[in-house]
Amino acid sequence: MQLTDDERAMLDGRGGTAQQKAMELLVRYAEALGAEQFVNTNNVAGVPGSANPFLQQYYRGKDEGGRDAIFSYFDLDADELVDVPDALVPTAHLQGGADREHWRDLGVKVEIFRNYEEREAFASRHGVEILKTCTPYLAGRVPQRGEHCAWMESSAVVFCNSVLGARTNTEGRESTSAAMLTGKIPDWGLHKTEHRYATHRIQVDVPVESVMDWGMLGYFVGDAVQEHIPVLTGRYNHPEIVRLKHFGAAASSSGAVEMYHVVSVTPEADTLDVALGGRPPRDTIVYGVAERRQVYERLNASATDRDVDFVMLGCPHAALEQLQQAAQLLDGRRVSANCHLWIFTSRAVKLAADQAGYSKRIADAGGLLLTDTCSAFAQALPPGAKVAALDSAKQAHYLPAIMGIQAWFGSTEDCISAAITGKWSGELR
Amino acid sequence: MSSVKSQIPNSKSQAPESKAESQKANGAELGAFRIALRGRKVVGGRAEGEALVTRHAIPGWGGVNPVQGVITELGHDLRGIPFKDRVLVCRGAKGSSGWSAMYHTTRLAGTAPKALIFNEMTTKIALGAVVMRIPSVTDLDRDPLDIIESGDWVIVDADNGIVEVCKRS
Repeated sequence: MQLTDDERAMLDGRGGTAQQKAMELLVRYAEALGAEQFVNTNNVAGVPGSANPFLQQYYRGKDEGGRDAIFSYFDLDADELVDVPDALVPTAHLQGGADREHWRDLGVKVEIFRNYEEREAFASRHGVEILKTCTPYLAGRVPQRGEHCAWMESSAVVFCNSVLGARTNTEGRESTSAAMLTGKIPDWGLHKTEHRYATHRIQVDVPVESVMDWGMLGYFVGDAVQEHIPVLTGRYNHPEIVRLKHFGAAASSSGAVEMYHVVSVTPEADTLDVALGGRPPRDTIVYGVAERRQVYERLNASATDRDVDFVMLGCPHAALEQLQQAAQLLDGRRVSANCHLWIFTSRAVKLAADQAGYSKRIADAGGLLLTDTCSAFAQALPPGAKVAALDSAKQAHYLPAIMGIQAWFGSTEDCISAAITGKWSGELR
Repeated sequence: MSSVKSQIPNSKSQAPESKAESQKANGAELGAFRIALRGRKVVGGRAEGEALVTRHAIPGWGGVNPVQGVITELGHDLRGIPFKDRVLVCRGAKGSSGWSAMYHTTRLAGTAPKALIFNEMTTKIALGAVVMRIPSVTDLDRDPLDIIESGDWVIVDADNGIVEVCKRS
């Protein structure tokens, strides 16, 4: 592995012990990957210093002299406490913790919430942008095409690569925190042009139009290609950001898709040949009526009981137009007394929704608009919830497995209707 | 990166087991059918243990309970089987970017596997192996999923990229 002079200086500790430990971790990681060098990054998205209840408990009382145990031992995987400097490069905090107003509704105990606040203050003190969302690209952090990033959150990673044309691998907690202190990340995988070309062609033979359609197609594609790079051709309407958000989130849940191409839509896919890098696809996979039906049934496999007591929207965090849509669907109606409606978004989008009046319309109908987390991430359900309705294939993938709940998957309209009636009446249209 | 290596902390959990313990565990296997595989070190160290094999990729956040040390993903063939102290043999990693933090947590919780053998390199499994600090190898000269079965005794000498498989029967 080739180290530049500044990287060697960091490794030698000339930038302080925390940066040295960060560089040691990055070198261990790069060697594990078989990377030959680092790339500079000015765009990091991670969860520096955050702590779930297990980590809060594990590291309790281990801070010393103002040195942070969680960041030292867990983020940097160091064997000693270090003084943590400010972020060297722009770094955003992804989702985590609990809504600052409605944390009690999420079932968070007061001491856990206080600790979330302390961890947020720690990150903020060190220059981290507190976005608290899985959709930083909807909250003001939008990388440029070709920009090298170090992002975690699989749905954000796949959006960053595919829709924005920026370059990031699926980084983890430790590598993003190390990148925050060094501005370095291994030059491997999707940082390199030759690894960004499509390997598998998906021939779409059934119309794909709605957000629900794009979520199902993503869930199919992820399962079909696993960690490879698909390119879509065929019958789909030109998708906008919300459809691409749901497609990528689904593909990175059923599989491990970190990049995809949609011919004539995404920036590195002007033509099929460009997306494929001039090589033939390893495989061509057809998505037709039967495949669409199978995906729908798979996403609804956990549910049998049509009495819905929980509806959750906002996975990945809702865009402003999704909150507008929810407000419109709820106008003049009321969430059933037997049901809870939770909608998750980012703080930035919630502020905009507050000013546009969408938040009040959702609240007036009995819905709860929440930020910072989601049901799967927070492992939080309304008291006694047994049957959920979801408009996200990603959430439908995770929530039944994590919480042991039944989950229906359908359109946003199906879900809002279920919230109002307390009954699931969604179907594949 | 040879000049750099000496500065890098080595795996903590790589100390070989005592000879007596190793022989005891291997007692039934002495003289058994052995196969050696050669590959590339991902994380250094040496460990041995009973294999736990899956052709599926290993899920991260949302598909594993690190405190209990079990995969929880619906439909996964290792669902509910503890991986603590096993030599985990798999295709690779999948799912969320929380992969490394989940398996990092298994180390804190004392539920981590003893060693890791896998086929497909990703950032998730590379970083996860690093922070679990367990001997890990990839790029083996034969597919370990064809050679190793759950229950086989496996010795992973990651520093030399050698995997020794003692077949159960």
